[in-house]
Amino acid sequence: MHYPIGLLFDLLASSSALPWNITVHFKSFPEKDLLHCPSKDAIEAHFMSCMKEADALKHKSQVINEMQKKDHKQLWMGLQNDRFDQFWAINRKLMEYPAEENGFRYIPFRIYQTTTERPFIQKLFRPVAADGQLHTLGDLLKEVCPSAIAPEDGERRNQVMIHGIEPMLETPLQWLSEHLSYPDNFLHISIIPKQTD
Amino acid sequence: MAEEPETMLQLPSTPAAGGEGLTDVSPETATPEPPSSAAVSPGTEEPSGDTKKKIDILLKAVGDTPIMKTKKWAVERTRTIQGLIDFIKKFLKLVASEQLFIYVNQSFAPSPDQEVGTLYECFGSDGKLVLHYCKSQAWG
Repeated sequence: MHYPIGLLFDLLASSSALPWNITVHFKSFPEKDLLHCPSKDAIEAHFMSCMKEADALKHKSQVINEMQKKDHKQLWMGLQNDRFDQFWAINRKLMEYPAEENGFRYIPFRIYQTTTERPFIQKLFRPVAADGQLHTLGDLLKEVCPSAIAPEDGERRNQVMIHGIEPMLETPLQWLSEHLSYPDNFLHISIIPKQTD
Repeated sequence: MAEEPETMLQLPSTPAAGGEGLTDVSPETATPEPPSSAAVSPGTEEPSGDTKKKIDILLKAVGDTPIMKTKKWAVERTRTIQGLIDFIKKFLKLVASEQLFIYVNQSFAPSPDQEVGTLYECFGSDGKLVLHYCKSQAWG
């Protein structure tokens, strides 16, 4: 699928041994479910659109719009060539927020579940509550995907995965957004059935 | 440029994401735009619940892309951007090989598999989602 590979692993294969062996099909794939890839430019355009969408949520697009064309290019080239420093020199600006605020305007996140038809859940969610408290990962899930976390007395049947790890539900969402976002600036969160091991 | 009066039409509903032809649009369902955002389409029986209701979208042409006489549409939340692209292309009688880009906030092009309901919740305002469409890449 046209999802980040780390997300695909979390969502579909997190119990597999590493390195993950994958098979890529160039034909006879589910054409309705997968985006076609007419060119390398299409991938770049898709990536930049995701970044712009994320910044629309974080800063009303102000940061990404103030960048120059060469900055956008540097983000893409840094990612494409696996040059972290090159990427982060620009991406750093997308991670900033005004000192008087305690975080972004909204947190760019997508929640994926293997058990539902819908592609993902994405809503407006602020990093800071009205009373000034930082929202946590648990707060987010309770609000937008309550089925992911079991009732207080029940046992949790799901795992919440980001980048192959289960962050504590008490982790502030703003911190996660700054440190565990994918290069497209979204937090891609997988809800998967609990492994029995 | 004089704005055409906005009317409200039902986008033909399809179970899968696919555009339907112009003939499937029922003009009799056109109603004047209601003053509030509570645009419930007549004659449709939708189960109550957040995800089932239709949302209003406003389609605006960019550059030399032809305008649509009907700009405002009620669409199912689960309709995808690709489904919308297919619909607009048929409506404007574009040939299949012509490209069509859809933009949110005049800034980013949502991925074709994104549902309009999600975009509405994150980027809608005044009870509707404004989308710009263009035959060429309008914004980066």
